[in-house]
Amino acid sequence: MSLETAPKLNWWNRIANPGQFVIWTKPLLWPLVILTTALFAAGLYYAFFNSPEDYQMGDTVRIMYVHVPNAWLSQFVYGVMTISALGTLVWRHPMADVSMKAAAPLGALFTALALFTGSLWGRPTWGTFWEWDGRMTSTLVLLFIYLGLIALWRAFDDQLRAARVIAVFTLVGAINIPIIKFSVDWWSTLHQPASVFRPDGPRMPGSILIPLFVMFFAFTFLFLTLHLKAMHTEVKRRRVMGLQRRMAQGGAA
Amino acid sequence: MIGLGPHGVFIIWAYLGVAIGVAGLIGWTLYDARTTAKKLAALEARRNA
Repeated sequence: MSLETAPKLNWWNRIANPGQFVIWTKPLLWPLVILTTALFAAGLYYAFFNSPEDYQMGDTVRIMYVHVPNAWLSQFVYGVMTISALGTLVWRHPMADVSMKAAAPLGALFTALALFTGSLWGRPTWGTFWEWDGRMTSTLVLLFIYLGLIALWRAFDDQLRAARVIAVFTLVGAINIPIIKFSVDWWSTLHQPASVFRPDGPRMPGSILIPLFVMFFAFTFLFLTLHLKAMHTEVKRRRVMGLQRRMAQGGAA
Repeated sequence: MIGLGPHGVFIIWAYLGVAIGVAGLIGWTLYDARTTAKKLAALEARRNA
């Protein structure tokens, strides 16, 4: 079979090869960095210089521009990990567990920042840094799930075996995501109910929605950039582990 | 620069905390990438020697 007559691989199969994945996605990194930087510059300009104070909360509404994107990412990153876990268990895609492992520390940090900014917003708004209500407690549980998964990855030497075990734990942990989302509807809570993504439209004026959406995309693209870079590093780390094993076997023979 | 009102300290700490967290995450990602790339290059050089 020559190169011309060989069956053409679709993109799904091509990115299944870790080396090909790195070659194909490396050119995306710099455009992502530039886009993320531009979005943060615009978002911070809007947040501090071109958005009004809220009629009830005053200037503390500006904390929302960093709190909501981090809270969104805390759940979105777990969504990415859940799809990756399915990719590992169902499709056995070689890049799925790489994605799952690379996303966990990022998700943990975004969750910690959501809790941190939330408590700083809560003190002037509700009069308390912390309350053991449904939204805050379930988000804290999410942080512990992330930390547990990171610890599990470090506990295994065989990363392929680890991937299957951790994929199962990740899927079990996914139960917490709808609990976080609907906690404000199911239980009496200090946290306000959804005010952006609602069937009857957002309950905020455009002057506050624009900076919120710009920061939302800035943080989302920050995650995509760091996730891609971390995936490239993970591919290289596995190559390092493979070479070390082969050299050790060669030395022992 | 806008005035941040009576609760300015909470706003400043929120943004400062996020900036430190994000900077740390970027720094750690780049450091991890660099050390892993160096390790791989050294191992490949040893294998090819």
